[in-house]
Amino acid sequence: MMIDIKEAQLDGAYKLIVAGEVDASSSIHLDNALSKALGEYKRILIDLSDLEYISSAGLGVFISYIDEIRAQGIELVLFGLKEKVQQVFQILGIHDLLTIEETEADALKHLNDA
Amino acid sequence: MSQKLKIRISFLVGLIAWVLYVFFNIYTLMLQRYDMRENLAAVMPQIFLTIFIVATMTYYRYKITKAESINFIDLLWKVFITGLIATIISLGIQGFFIVFRDSQLSENPIAINFLYQIYSGVVIIYLVSTMVVWKRLILYQKSKNLIQLWNFFEYILYGSLLFDFFGYQLGDNNFNIALVFITGFSLVLSLNLKWIAYLNFKQKWKSILFILLSGIYLYHFLVNLNNFSVREVVIIDLMDRVFIVAILIFIFLYAVIAILVTLFNLPTSSVFERKLKEAVDFQKLSQAIPSGQSEDQTYGILLDSSMSAVFADAAWLEIRIGDTSEYFLRNLTGKEVKQIKKTVKGEAVRKIIDFDYVSLASGHQRMVGTLKTGAYKSVLALPIFIKSEQVGSLVLLQEVSEAFNREMVEIIKTFVSQASISLENALLLRDAIENERYKEQLNIAKNVQKSLLPEKLASNDYFEISAYSMAADEVGGDYYDLVKFDDQKYGLIIGDVSGKGTSAAFNMAQMKGVFRSLVQLDLTPPELIKKANLAIGSCLERSSFITASYYLIDTASGIIEFVRAGHCPTLIFCQKDQEARYLQTKGMGMGIMRNSEYDKYVEANTLGLSTEDILLLHTDGITEAMNASGEQYGEDRLRDALVRHASGCPKDIQQGIIDDLYTFLGEKKLDDDYTLVILKFR
Repeated sequence: MMIDIKEAQLDGAYKLIVAGEVDASSSIHLDNALSKALGEYKRILIDLSDLEYISSAGLGVFISYIDEIRAQGIELVLFGLKEKVQQVFQILGIHDLLTIEETEADALKHLNDA
Repeated sequence: MSQKLKIRISFLVGLIAWVLYVFFNIYTLMLQRYDMRENLAAVMPQIFLTIFIVATMTYYRYKITKAESINFIDLLWKVFITGLIATIISLGIQGFFIVFRDSQLSENPIAINFLYQIYSGVVIIYLVSTMVVWKRLILYQKSKNLIQLWNFFEYILYGSLLFDFFGYQLGDNNFNIALVFITGFSLVLSLNLKWIAYLNFKQKWKSILFILLSGIYLYHFLVNLNNFSVREVVIIDLMDRVFIVAILIFIFLYAVIAILVTLFNLPTSSVFERKLKEAVDFQKLSQAIPSGQSEDQTYGILLDSSMSAVFADAAWLEIRIGDTSEYFLRNLTGKEVKQIKKTVKGEAVRKIIDFDYVSLASGHQRMVGTLKTGAYKSVLALPIFIKSEQVGSLVLLQEVSEAFNREMVEIIKTFVSQASISLENALLLRDAIENERYKEQLNIAKNVQKSLLPEKLASNDYFEISAYSMAADEVGGDYYDLVKFDDQKYGLIIGDVSGKGTSAAFNMAQMKGVFRSLVQLDLTPPELIKKANLAIGSCLERSSFITASYYLIDTASGIIEFVRAGHCPTLIFCQKDQEARYLQTKGMGMGIMRNSEYDKYVEANTLGLSTEDILLLHTDGITEAMNASGEQYGEDRLRDALVRHASGCPKDIQQGIIDDLYTFLGEKKLDDDYTLVILKFR
């Protein structure tokens, strides 16, 4: 299964839906999508509920934008992570650096509270 | 018996037979003259003449070798020379009669017979040698039937030699019947003239000349033989022998038919020659590059053979690689080419010249264009494609308008496609060599990386260790190392660079450098990881990171201080309760946060292990290995495998786990680097 990225406009937020598998070769698509979103929006949701697998290269994409997110005060929330994916984030220790919520409602709430 | 010996023997036999023939002839004459009773001697000249003929036939059969297309003219030349010598001798004999016209000598039967015998020897030699040459020509491109026919003809000729013992004379009924029979055969054989097709224009003229001359010799001999015949004094008249007359007729028939066929073939010979040259040029093109010629030479051959195939007055070949064009010109200047490029008419031709042509598949006629101004009126242009990309254009020019026909376009097309194949092969070869070089380089990289991992791991009375690492590609990003501080204190590290392949391998090498230098400072694990994060963070690209676990082991006490920097959790096996578990600790990968803020994510941990306990370090290549149904090997399977094999030595445990992993994967290949380090306390 390959990577599948869709975008959606929500009320006051931009949503990226990343599904499938993110490995060394497909991480470039994630990078492009993320780079575009960060350039245009300040409030971003990323739906990972259909993400089956993410490799270290895929994680590297998120990591490479951490500084930018912080510096520009962008609100970026990940949600819907499968247990296995959540575990990968956790082992690497980046769950503390990124905002991760369980559901879309939680994620939206986090955005609105911020 | 060797060829040479056969030639020598037949020569010797022929010579002796001729001498005896002459001797018995004169002897017979003597007997007649002095009116002595005829005895057995009368038949002797017949016998020796026959032996002489057979010997001559044998001699030439071996002397005149097989006809090849290159030596047709040589063969005819031999006939011409033999005939010339024979004619000179014949003229000499005639001269004798003229000189001694009024003398008794010219009426002397012995003198006449002697001269006649010399003369008949010479004529027989000429006839036999010519017949053999004709035979070689007839049998050039032989078939089974033709060979049978010829052999039959030869048997009949030998038979005619026996027939001649009966003493029939020219004009007798039986004589005529035999002659008609043989003539019929000769006629059938004379229709085999395939060799003529292989002569070029000049050679055809030469052969007409030589055959014509051999015919004239023949006529001359015939007249002379007849002159002797009418004197009625010769003992054995060659004209009364079926064999001689039959050969005469055969040679004459073949000569006449050959001359006529050659004459009629003259106008078409240029076409045949052209076809032959095209075939040769084609051959040259297809062999140009394999035989080690450069691309430029191939272009030259293509240009020249194309020009001669369509009678072009001028031509050019443009080879465009990237933005640079290389021109090969024939009878043209660069300025003329520019002028022609500007003024040429014809849509396809224009596209070809401008390197704008799409495919070779469509129409032929359109590749022909016209020019209104300048010396040239007709243009024929063809694109040269390599790997479906136009790399060149071949343009042929003629001073006459509408000079190029459909057939010419086809010929040039074959030339061009052959040249394309040659060039493409050359390119493929070059690519293959290039690939081979890359492979070699990767192999070197692989060996270099192998040397970055410890070749042999230390051990002491308290522990034993075994490690295995495998890269998915030639090189990978996994790292492990063991450093000995003193007899009891060891530092053990395992690391995994994000990504895989060459870039991961470079980062892994950096990691080794950083670790090896920091480890000298005798730091606590948290200090070492913090410093390593700063060092590594400053040299990795932003999206790369390294996960690692560092263990400082006191082997005597079994106390292990460790830090997990985002790496896969450590798996331990406790001998006491026969259980294995993952150590749940906090930590972050190095290179993610590249400042001191990272420090707060570094957690110091301590662990106590005792005898027979096992510490298992791994990289995610093992737990994330996926089988054909998309299932991961996972932490649980790894843990269970460890428990199953825990009783063995580290090496056996390691092998047991790897076997278990491969059984799980089945046909599927691993697509990530993986490393397994197993430390067991004694």
